[in-house]
Amino acid sequence: MVLTGAEIVIRCLQEEKVEFIFGYPGGSVLHLYDELFKQDKIKHILVRHEQAAVHAADAYSRSSQKIGVCMVTSGPGVTNAVTGIATAYTDSIPMVVLSGQVPTSYIGQDAFQECDTVGITRPCVKHNFLVKDVRDLAPTIKKAFYLAKTGRPGPVLVDIPKDLGVDKCEFEYPKTVSIRSYNPVTKGHSGQIKKAVQLLLEAKRPLIYAGGGIILSDTAEKLTKLAHLLEVPVTNTLMGLGGFPATDKQSVGMLGMHGTYEANMSMQHADVLLAIGARFDDRVIGNPENFGSIPRKIIHVDIDPSSIAKRVKVDVPIVGNLNDVLDELIAQVHASEGKIDPKALAAWWKDIDVWREKKSLKYKMGSEIIMPQYVVEKLYEVTGGEAIVTSDVGQHQMWAAQYYKFDKPRRWLNSGGLGTMGFGLPAAMGACFANPNTPVACVTGEGSIQMNIQELSTCKQFRLPVKIVNLNNRYLGMVRQWQEMFYGNRYAESYVDALPDFVKLAEAYGHVGIQITSPSDVEPALREAFVKHKNELVFLDFLTDPTANVFPMVAAGKGLSEMILAEDL
Amino acid sequence: MRHLISILLENEAGALARVSGLFSARGYNIESLTVAPTEDPSMSRMTIVSSGSDDIIEQITKQLNKLIDVIKVVDLSEAAHVERELMLIKVRATGKDRDEMKRMSDIFRGRIIDVTDATYLVELTGDTAKLDAFINAIDKDLILETVRTGVCGIGRGDRILKA
Repeated sequence: MVLTGAEIVIRCLQEEKVEFIFGYPGGSVLHLYDELFKQDKIKHILVRHEQAAVHAADAYSRSSQKIGVCMVTSGPGVTNAVTGIATAYTDSIPMVVLSGQVPTSYIGQDAFQECDTVGITRPCVKHNFLVKDVRDLAPTIKKAFYLAKTGRPGPVLVDIPKDLGVDKCEFEYPKTVSIRSYNPVTKGHSGQIKKAVQLLLEAKRPLIYAGGGIILSDTAEKLTKLAHLLEVPVTNTLMGLGGFPATDKQSVGMLGMHGTYEANMSMQHADVLLAIGARFDDRVIGNPENFGSIPRKIIHVDIDPSSIAKRVKVDVPIVGNLNDVLDELIAQVHASEGKIDPKALAAWWKDIDVWREKKSLKYKMGSEIIMPQYVVEKLYEVTGGEAIVTSDVGQHQMWAAQYYKFDKPRRWLNSGGLGTMGFGLPAAMGACFANPNTPVACVTGEGSIQMNIQELSTCKQFRLPVKIVNLNNRYLGMVRQWQEMFYGNRYAESYVDALPDFVKLAEAYGHVGIQITSPSDVEPALREAFVKHKNELVFLDFLTDPTANVFPMVAAGKGLSEMILAEDL
Repeated sequence: MRHLISILLENEAGALARVSGLFSARGYNIESLTVAPTEDPSMSRMTIVSSGSDDIIEQITKQLNKLIDVIKVVDLSEAAHVERELMLIKVRATGKDRDEMKRMSDIFRGRIIDVTDATYLVELTGDTAKLDAFINAIDKDLILETVRTGVCGIGRGDRILKA
């Protein structure tokens, strides 16, 4: 069948079972939008800024097992999208970005709304394509979806010049993809897995350190099974929250810069560390020299060989798909005669219980002023731990990660790697589309929320019942915290003056706004939002303690055991 | 330590930018880079001379392998290999220097490929050290212009890099 390029693009997306496109039209994608108009299989979600389209598509991916798709126009459409693409890339989120480009014959002539899209996005995509011939469209889109979801996932961009939209060719959607230079590994090396099992069974102080790879590969249940089989403690990274149930007695919580005392101490004192789908980044292990100076055996399982031995020396590297590797680890533990020395394991758990006694997440709560941690605890209670929680970046992000106990994967959506303020609200939108029957909360701050606040309009258009939990402390809190601790209390540009009246702002967009100033009103307000206004967007503006800081804290460049606790101050 | 990294990659627009972009983005060092299509025009062969600790070179090869356009990567310096570089060097050749320059070119097995009243153009191939040695052996003031291709390398014997 002979079709135009624009028809081909839309047909390809239909073949890929795409339900939603998050996007914003413009000159060079008009042919594509015209074809979208003529069909009703794919729904287009019109955002108010391209960055939001990408975050929404990203969160649609994160909160489901599907691939988010977004569409932007050339030039500023693409440059606005870059922050979103880089966010997805850093967190390995599968996504396909379709961008319009000026007509082929204009490329390189500094045409209106022209930019070197492939060049600009090259460092922040898994791969990108500039399609120059209409006959290449279908095979390229097929490749884009394949690349996005296989191996270590990531965003893939397809740049489509405007003239291809009207060019015609015979259409057939390829059934298979073969890229000779791309053969992602699947099974881990059996010999290495055997070594890993031996090390684990001989361990005295074993620890599982699980990252976002568990979420991306949908292996939370397998990880839990392995942990229960071995009866060893588990710590999750910020990206891995929900990969092992936070309420499980074997969970020691999140580790890293703002990790729990017990998680960081376990990390430092473990003699055998099983790292799965995690990458030992600077916010997780602190100073690599300090971390590396402690003798321990490290088993590192990851789908990406370049993640292994990048920042720490590894004793047993296992490159493979977590699904297969976890299956084989479980099978080999079952088949093995050995068992971890129960006495040693009991002593290890005793150590951990002593560390837990520190109660490193406790905070002082008065009756006058709302503590931000309290708001998150109440959010957890009111939603029964069943909400999808998105966050922006800063103190509120850490409090959400620390105090909302995620028992299931794909419930916690945040920009962990790139640290993108403005992620939360558009991410909540994406989550709503992927999970229409699950409550979605966006925990944010008055700084972050204003970075994509225009999306309140999108939320109104599509009736998205997001609950915005604004922890409003009138400061760019994390900046203020660092200035207080490391810059002699010089609060350079971290106080946010002239804040809007968020209640009126929410109302202006047609939503419900509530301001909460007293601790006793926190829970009732949350209930009102999640029960009475279940089907509406509610902007909950909590005026919280402006001096509250996030603890524990491992200062940048310090070792994990050099934690500053709230009680130290 | 100096390493010779050989890469087989898709001969596609942008593939070179992906490789060079990777080096600059991650702070890896490129001493020289050469690239040209192979006997199969759909593929290019690239040789990069880089330096760094073993850990860095390991990361470089892993990161290169991650690029979708990269088909194969091998660190040639890990085993027996041959490396060659071509240099074209234009020198002043007048008076007594004219004979001397011809002699030096012969000693280094160079070829004089262009001659004027006042200049010789010498073509020289060899490993980097040999080309450096030639430059050091002649009078610096006589060098008018040099151009070098950068190193290309290949494994000896059965060491073959193919798709």
